[in-house]
Amino acid sequence: MRSKAQNFRVNGQAVSFDQDPDTPLLWVLRDHLQLTGSKFGCGGGHCGACTVHVDGQMQRSCVLPVSAVAGTEISTIEGLAKGDRLHPVQQAWLELDVPQCGYCQAGQIMATVDLLKRLPDPTDQQIDEQLTNLCRCATYVRLRKAVHRAAELMAAEDKA
Amino acid sequence: MNISLPRLSRRQFLIGAATSSGGFLLGIPAISLAGQDGDAVADNQLGFFVQIEPDGRVILGSNQPEIGQGVRTALPMLIAEELDIDWQQVQVRPMPLGIIKTTDGFTWKYGPQGVGGSTAVRTNWQSMREVGATARQMLIQAAARHWQVEEALCSTKPGQVHCLSLSRQLDYGKLAPLAAALPVPAQAPALKKPADYRIIGTGKKVIDARDIVTGQAKYGLDTKVEGMKYAVMARSPYLDGKLLKFDASQALKVPGVQKVVKIEGPNPGEPYTVLAEGVAVIADSTWAAMQGRKKLKLEWSKGPFAAESTESFKTHLHKLLESEGQIVRSDGNVPQSMAEAGHTLTARYFVPFVSHAPLEPQNCFAHVQGNRVDIIVPTQMPAGASRAAAAATGVDREHIHIRFPRIGGGFGRRLSVDYVFEACLISKQSCLPVQLVWSREDDIRHDFYRPSGLHELQAAWDDKGQVSAWRHRLASASKYYRRPNLPEDEYWKAELYPDDFPANLVANLQMEYHSAKSGMPRGSWRAPAHCVNAFVIQSFLHELAHKSEQDPLALQLALLGDYQDIPYANHGGPVYNPGRQAAVLKKVAEAIDYAKPRGKGIGVGLASHFTFGGYAAHAMEVAVSDSGELEIKRIVAAIDCGLAVNPAGVEAQVQGGTLDGLSTALNLQITVKDGQVVQSNFHDYPLMKIAQVPADFEVHIIPFGDEPAGVGEIPLPSAAPALTNAIFNACGVRIRDLPIRDQLRKALA
Repeated sequence: MRSKAQNFRVNGQAVSFDQDPDTPLLWVLRDHLQLTGSKFGCGGGHCGACTVHVDGQMQRSCVLPVSAVAGTEISTIEGLAKGDRLHPVQQAWLELDVPQCGYCQAGQIMATVDLLKRLPDPTDQQIDEQLTNLCRCATYVRLRKAVHRAAELMAAEDKA
Repeated sequence: MNISLPRLSRRQFLIGAATSSGGFLLGIPAISLAGQDGDAVADNQLGFFVQIEPDGRVILGSNQPEIGQGVRTALPMLIAEELDIDWQQVQVRPMPLGIIKTTDGFTWKYGPQGVGGSTAVRTNWQSMREVGATARQMLIQAAARHWQVEEALCSTKPGQVHCLSLSRQLDYGKLAPLAAALPVPAQAPALKKPADYRIIGTGKKVIDARDIVTGQAKYGLDTKVEGMKYAVMARSPYLDGKLLKFDASQALKVPGVQKVVKIEGPNPGEPYTVLAEGVAVIADSTWAAMQGRKKLKLEWSKGPFAAESTESFKTHLHKLLESEGQIVRSDGNVPQSMAEAGHTLTARYFVPFVSHAPLEPQNCFAHVQGNRVDIIVPTQMPAGASRAAAAATGVDREHIHIRFPRIGGGFGRRLSVDYVFEACLISKQSCLPVQLVWSREDDIRHDFYRPSGLHELQAAWDDKGQVSAWRHRLASASKYYRRPNLPEDEYWKAELYPDDFPANLVANLQMEYHSAKSGMPRGSWRAPAHCVNAFVIQSFLHELAHKSEQDPLALQLALLGDYQDIPYANHGGPVYNPGRQAAVLKKVAEAIDYAKPRGKGIGVGLASHFTFGGYAAHAMEVAVSDSGELEIKRIVAAIDCGLAVNPAGVEAQVQGGTLDGLSTALNLQITVKDGQVVQSNFHDYPLMKIAQVPADFEVHIIPFGDEPAGVGEIPLPSAAPALTNAIFNACGVRIRDLPIRDQLRKALA
């Protein structure tokens, strides 16, 4: 049983997927494209470890059927840095030494990139309201500082 | 450079070259194992742990599972310190499990491997420094031979050997091939004095963080092997239920599904192999396997615990405490001193089962091929994985190859190797290389849960408020059970540590245990037993202070007293020093300005505890509104983990451990209904989110001595009681049942 192919782009590369159109995007990325940076944490959209961007907007890919992304441009953690040059959010994560086990951090970073697009200089309260990804190691103290640091780095980049 | 030295057969030489700490130092030289291992061995590798590239990069082996506790950074720091290199030059290479078959069983090839009980830094402290010091010595020897001078005339600066008399120097990268050809010294050289440390004691960031933030770090679940299939399992939803019959015909029609195999479960009451009986669906993709699982027709027996519920278990616990249990410690005469005392207080506290829920679900790649097994798995206990694989497949452990990538959280769950056993059975029965994937629902419903129990604390004091007697009674379902040769009268040993505070500090003291029956699988959960006993002891001490109209801080400090070494026979000993506990407690009290009057609805709570060799204390300030809304406004934590090898890592563990304690106390419980676990995913097992974390969170590291203790578990136990003591001070509501959830709203309504 072959279904109609779903065509979309991932980190700039054209992709075609012709299996079960209900397959969540996460599993297409991980099992079929071998892009394992987006993580499986819950399968129910609760934890955010699978966060990617679809046409520039944050989505939890574990509950997003691949049929819903036909024709879109997907960005994953693997596509965030430009060559060796890290995205300011990644840079801030290194500066603040955020990761412990690290498993959720790709999702946290993708969620933060999205947050800072909408709110370039968020308050603690805005961060608390909008960043709902789970971190089982509870790296939240450094993570919140890293969001602010990323906002600074991005503001400086914009000025430059 | 052209020096030809004979390639010595160093295997024999080195097998006996144990370090003073008992581990194999640089191990059997790499070259003699090249054939045995099939690993390519570089000419510039000095033993198993140290490889120096011509460009000066130093690649250090990391032999312990990294579960987020920071060992992959902290242990290489120990090598780098003694090797005398710049930390910026260091890269880390994860090592597989190394075991060697001998005439009397297996021994470690790279030193003991396994993480639990906050032991990794403490137990590898000596051996890892000796690895670095010995490699440095070999580099000096190589340079001295090259220059034809006495070794004593040579010394090192970071990354270089210098000869003072010749005023010459050589980079380690150039010397490494020469050094690698030298015999490893039988004795480790003298180690540095603490005053000379350049790396130990300085904050170092997570060494492979760049891989993490770019999505390149590989976890077990990221394993991709040519030809690999994916498997998911349907396990018995009933505690110790059995599969009566199943029909896989519809599952096999799902596109991509390859095979379906039955996995036998353990018999009720017998030691666990796998956790539960089940059926595995093997497919070309994870999603196809999950879809296949949905199509299985399964019929289960309800098992011997079909009637168990959280309510029935609580009733059972209360009933147990009606009679006298097993007395596991008795100092002085508690019954008499209770009877004669002017004042007594009794309180009961309930703690629920909780799940580990590491964010990377359980998974295991296994490929069973005749007499060889390959495993890639997130495990805290690679040797346990090796034993499980041997038991599941019948293959000798020397032919079982275990790799363990960076691990998405442990918390004690990955001390168990049930999922390795499953993956091996699936691969063996299907004859396929298979990655077993657990869903979050599988994980929450099939865990070795933190034991649930009911504690009764009782104390007596005189008119001056001096505590004269202390009794701790506990009824619980211990994690020590279903083990070979473990009688029930030893189950208490995992639940009560008889040397814990206030033992030896109160003259009349008794501990009593009641073994409760439950079908719930139990295991080690971060800071086992301490994580609940600290809540109970520190809550009760606060209640006692309130009842006896004493200041809780003054009362606890009076009980702790001065610095002294008290024998401590439990894990974390051999001594317990209450003065060190008092010091961390005083620190947090000062930092939060404990004595300052607060307004209505604001409270500050304190707690301290000794766990696995380290001391921690917390002070928390909370606000509780008239309607019972709780806000944690400020957290101050202090830790004494001896010498802090990596203060940046220690701070991270204190932050994370504290919040893990709070997250669990606030909201987490696993409940049972009709012999089945009720919760299934993060919607009903709600881990803390960033919104509940105060921005105002300070960590103090109190140094003590020249030896490190562990860190991963130490900062957790005192967090929950500091919170509940703060809640009491804010609004007068005493939390005696965990989790807290909506108790404040109900109490204040």
